[in-house]
Amino acid sequence: MTPEEHQLFEQKIYAYVGREVFSSQPAPDRINEAMIRHWAEAMGDKNPAYQDAEWAEQSMRGRLIGPPAMMYCWNQEGITAATKRSSDALTDMCDLFDQHGYSGVLGTNVKQEYFKEAGMGDQVFVDMIIDTISEQKATARGIGYFFESLATFSDQHGEKIGTQRFRVLKFIPAEGANSTVSSDEEALETPTRIASPRGHDNGWWWEAADEGRMLIQRCTACQTLRHPPRPMCGECQSMDWDSIESTMQGEVLSFTEIHHPKVPGYPSPLICAVIKMDEGTNFVSNLRGCEARDASIGMRVSGVMEQVDDKTMLPQFYPATQEA
Amino acid sequence: MVANVKDKAVIVGIGNTEFSKNSGVSELSLAVQAIKVALDDAGLKPSDIDGMATFTMDTNDEIEVARALGVGELSFFGRSHYGGGAATGTLHQATMAVATGMAETVVCFRALNGRSGHRFSGGVAGAITTADAIHWGWYTPFGLMTPASWVGMFTQRWMHITGVTKDALYEVAKTTRDYGANNPAAFFYGQTFDRTEYDAQRSICDPLQLFDCCQESDGGSAVIVTTPERARDLAQPGVAIRGVAQCAAKDQEQMTSFYREEFAGIPEMEFAATDVYAMSGMQAGDIDAAVIYDAFSPIVLWQLEAWGFCGFGESGDFVLDGALRPDGRLPCNTHGGQLSEAYIHGVNGIVEATKLVRGTSVNQPAKQIDHALVTSGVGIPTGGAILGKL
Repeated sequence: MTPEEHQLFEQKIYAYVGREVFSSQPAPDRINEAMIRHWAEAMGDKNPAYQDAEWAEQSMRGRLIGPPAMMYCWNQEGITAATKRSSDALTDMCDLFDQHGYSGVLGTNVKQEYFKEAGMGDQVFVDMIIDTISEQKATARGIGYFFESLATFSDQHGEKIGTQRFRVLKFIPAEGANSTVSSDEEALETPTRIASPRGHDNGWWWEAADEGRMLIQRCTACQTLRHPPRPMCGECQSMDWDSIESTMQGEVLSFTEIHHPKVPGYPSPLICAVIKMDEGTNFVSNLRGCEARDASIGMRVSGVMEQVDDKTMLPQFYPATQEA
Repeated sequence: MVANVKDKAVIVGIGNTEFSKNSGVSELSLAVQAIKVALDDAGLKPSDIDGMATFTMDTNDEIEVARALGVGELSFFGRSHYGGGAATGTLHQATMAVATGMAETVVCFRALNGRSGHRFSGGVAGAITTADAIHWGWYTPFGLMTPASWVGMFTQRWMHITGVTKDALYEVAKTTRDYGANNPAAFFYGQTFDRTEYDAQRSICDPLQLFDCCQESDGGSAVIVTTPERARDLAQPGVAIRGVAQCAAKDQEQMTSFYREEFAGIPEMEFAATDVYAMSGMQAGDIDAAVIYDAFSPIVLWQLEAWGFCGFGESGDFVLDGALRPDGRLPCNTHGGQLSEAYIHGVNGIVEATKLVRGTSVNQPAKQIDHALVTSGVGIPTGGAILGKL
């Protein structure tokens, strides 16, 4: 495209922002047990609130409900979506992208919000608009645009059940990006945590960790503990040292939950914390066994050495259990 | 001992490239473009340059820059380490060189493809056994490997100790964005946000959300420093360096000084402030406006405390009184900062501080600006400078 053609193309696609795709479109079937059973089976969701009528009757709701996350399923088109879906703003916009080479499609995010629980026999209606289209982005898949549709689901009383934002990347497929790796030697390894390099000053610490021990370096001249390990004692300048094994008991000085970026080989969510060990040195590790909202500065923690993946042994800390 | 450099070095030229997310050119190209703009601003030729100061992180070799630009001989080239902590470190190098006569005209520059090339948000992970790689190795296995994660860790504790809330972080981010929204060179030109939008952004590393974090940008910035004698004959009114410091404090680590008795604070910046105030014979009360390094919103608050604009834990109230706004006590990051203009590792901040003293900022405050503070990055060895009219 020339810059002028590209400008014209962008004008055309941005004109779709705010356009209506569906208006009060009713689902072909009311909420029913058969479809819930298929969905729950596929998702591995055994919540009795969806399928166990006896349990549900005695629950706070007093009845079975449809899985909230399933709200978008009721209005899904069947096989006709692939063969003769009628034209609407969304299909027209996607055609326009395709015609200009942005033929790649990748669903990137779904965000749902729930307002009301729907039960057996309720009918779901959907309203949908094209809510946003990003500026042009360079992604690993190729150059493209993110667009977001906003669907609002209601029941037969017109009361809002929930909303769903669906973010899609339409892109020009980069050459070779879709080639598949077939030979065994090229098969990707399962990612593991990024290990520390090991040198003279720290290798011994990581080797002990491999064997399941968390050590703290100690100056043999003045007995000062130090972490991270260093070749010389900052207090007395002695280069002689040994180590003690940590009791792995301590208290949280600070913590942060890492949301972005998500790194292959690392769990998500992931909480990192600075822990003041009872021995007196501070140590950075992970806080496990609780959610960030239940973590607090000053909380007592207790550590164990854990094999966190195929290659990595690390100290990991958990909220300390109350002593009897 | 107080360094004897006051008013012995003068900023006479400033230059930025276009800031973007994909420059489409090399970092060398960005460097020489920015320097050329600064030379033109000063009314100097490439051959007038005889010294260079940049970051150890910059990929442009001085001799490559010199050849590309047509500079002749160099009698000084010095680099400063520690990421954005080197921002005013370049001024520190240039000032020492010019004040001692090692060089007559030094260009400070930083150019990076920070978005289309290597991105800092990707985190640190190295396979080479250097002291640096071993240092990061205490954090990478646990997943604490991005600037946002380290700053998040400090912020959580600082908020806990001081009781400062996200209201103050929002005020910093919002004020900065409002300046940027009025700056045509800023990435967020014409785009402001309100509290609802700020709160709705995704979390990066608690308690930091998206708008608490700076962008990643492609671009270059340059500043030309020379002697007062020479400055008086050049195209622009000279902006003198009243004082400039580069400091590391006790038990300093690179972004991870978690082993101090208390880590809710930035003693290296307090040290820099003490030094700069002593060199310049000035105090916080003498400073009219500031460009405070803002890779993340909370670090602006800590620096306000370190430079004595308010006491420890009082920066929340200070900014919530509107201090950073155009009519406030200390108009701050008037270009939109790195949060909203561009992330050029703080050197676009030196350009803006120079403009504030010249009186040519796109958001020039109504009041007289005799002295502007400009600072370097936080959590690392860092520094700052006070600029004033020649």
